[in-house]
Amino acid sequence: MIIIGELINGMYKDVGRAIANREIDVIQHLAQDQVKAGASILDVSVGPYSRNHKDDIKWLVESIQKVVDIPLAIDSTMADVIEEALKVVKGRAVINSTSADEDKMASMFSLAKKYNARIIGLAMDKTGIPNSKDKRLELAAKIAAKAVEYGIAAGDLYLDPIAMPVNVAQAQAPEVLESIREFRIICTPPANTIIGLSNVSQGTKACRGLINRTFLAMALASGLTSAILDPLDRDLMDSMITAELLMNKQIYCDSFLEAYRKR
Amino acid sequence: MPVEIIKERYNAPVNTVEIGRPGAKQVKIGGQTGFPFLFDEGKMPNPPVIAYEVPDCTPDDWPEGLLEPYHDCVKDPVKWAKKCADEFGAEILCVKAQSMHQDYGSRPVDEAVRIVREIADAVKLPLIVVGCGDDERDNEFMPKLSQALKGENCLLGLATQANYKTLAATCLVDGHFIIADSPIDVNIAKQVNILIGDMGFDTNKIVMHPTTTSLGYGMEYVYSIMERSRLAAFMGDKMLAMPFIVFVGQETWKVKEAKDFGVVQGINWEITTSVAMLQAGADLIVMRHPDAAGSVKRYIAALTGGVR
Repeated sequence: MIIIGELINGMYKDVGRAIANREIDVIQHLAQDQVKAGASILDVSVGPYSRNHKDDIKWLVESIQKVVDIPLAIDSTMADVIEEALKVVKGRAVINSTSADEDKMASMFSLAKKYNARIIGLAMDKTGIPNSKDKRLELAAKIAAKAVEYGIAAGDLYLDPIAMPVNVAQAQAPEVLESIREFRIICTPPANTIIGLSNVSQGTKACRGLINRTFLAMALASGLTSAILDPLDRDLMDSMITAELLMNKQIYCDSFLEAYRKR
Repeated sequence: MPVEIIKERYNAPVNTVEIGRPGAKQVKIGGQTGFPFLFDEGKMPNPPVIAYEVPDCTPDDWPEGLLEPYHDCVKDPVKWAKKCADEFGAEILCVKAQSMHQDYGSRPVDEAVRIVREIADAVKLPLIVVGCGDDERDNEFMPKLSQALKGENCLLGLATQANYKTLAATCLVDGHFIIADSPIDVNIAKQVNILIGDMGFDTNKIVMHPTTTSLGYGMEYVYSIMERSRLAAFMGDKMLAMPFIVFVGQETWKVKEAKDFGVVQGINWEITTSVAMLQAGADLIVMRHPDAAGSVKRYIAALTGGVR
């Protein structure tokens, strides 16, 4: 599966501080560590406390690109901030993200087309995150239709049913899993599916890692093709590798964990 | 309505392996990006190659018709090797060092090494050398042979899951390629490659022997294992991205259909088995009868537009 490393996010205290103080080493180490652990894309977000989103995102992208050569997912709710990053991104970026709202889709899909970027579509709109899989499907289909309008290939679209914290929205977990299955049949060839995995354990007091890796395995069994997660969580990565193995995506051998990491 | 032909595209190639001393004659295999001979789907930059089997002592178990082309050299492996090179146009030879085995007279290891070295000096062709199948003898033979052939970049085998360390270490030191053997089992094939890699051996220098059989003896199962392995390689599994070697001559000429119904049927049996193995993805085929080898070479040339 496609692993998007989540750790370069100003929401985390150390990263927020590193951005504010321009501590390039902190960011570059995080980038290198995540790539080494198996991330194939890195999410980049300045976080909510940034004083100058445009300057900060540009600095982050440039700092990361000096040490790693993999695509970046530009994570912001503001189109102008995303565009600032897209101007300096070297490879094919991922826009993170658009909702199903018309104005948002118009601005984000325009950027995706202009910069030949891939894009994440969240199955939500101004009214909020849906409670049912049917509403999620409706919004995801709306996003997929808009992607076609803008000439974005299905393989460049990542549909996110939005995982919810199990401690506040327990009933949503099965809805999300079912949505992953349903999103795969919206278009042919199918669009990618994605979740922000850590959401599922947000705010829980114990066993966050266990919740994350169990949900990831279940989501993989439902057909999930990518996830934003912490690749430095070794147990989580082991679960991912094992789930892929059990889904017959990799050929078994006794050293299957090692074999996967040698890919 | 026109029928659209679906073409598969993959993103990872099979490893390229070049056997033989740099600057001398070399044989290059692998490098393909799709299933065999489907040129609209992928590239096949190096057509499969036929290696001629050279036993290092008189092969008493070969049927008469198979021995006939070698009648003047059955007791002389060096002459045999030269005949393959000069008369039959071999590009690469596979020396089978069976003489060390007790069934073939338990020739001393040093003598067996000397014979292979003499062959190398006489023919100047890339060499594949396989042991006699007795782990103890082979573990004594291979390090000495490896050293004697240092710089020749030979392909040495067989490394199995139960016995790979000696051979891997010795190939590593002397710069040879290695044959990783598995018993028609893709999971074990992958594991042996990993184990050899864990020794510090460059996995790009491994050639896989998936174990094969003869026409009529479950070849379709071998085919399915090779296909599955290759598909994984094309999808990016580096631990299965090695070229394949198969010993078709050895497998064919031991079955009754090839041995007991005249040499023509035997030759055809060897040709047919080889062709099936080519379609399964074999990169290097070790053969016995020169007429069969010649036919299969023409088959490869015909399918690859006379590239070779």
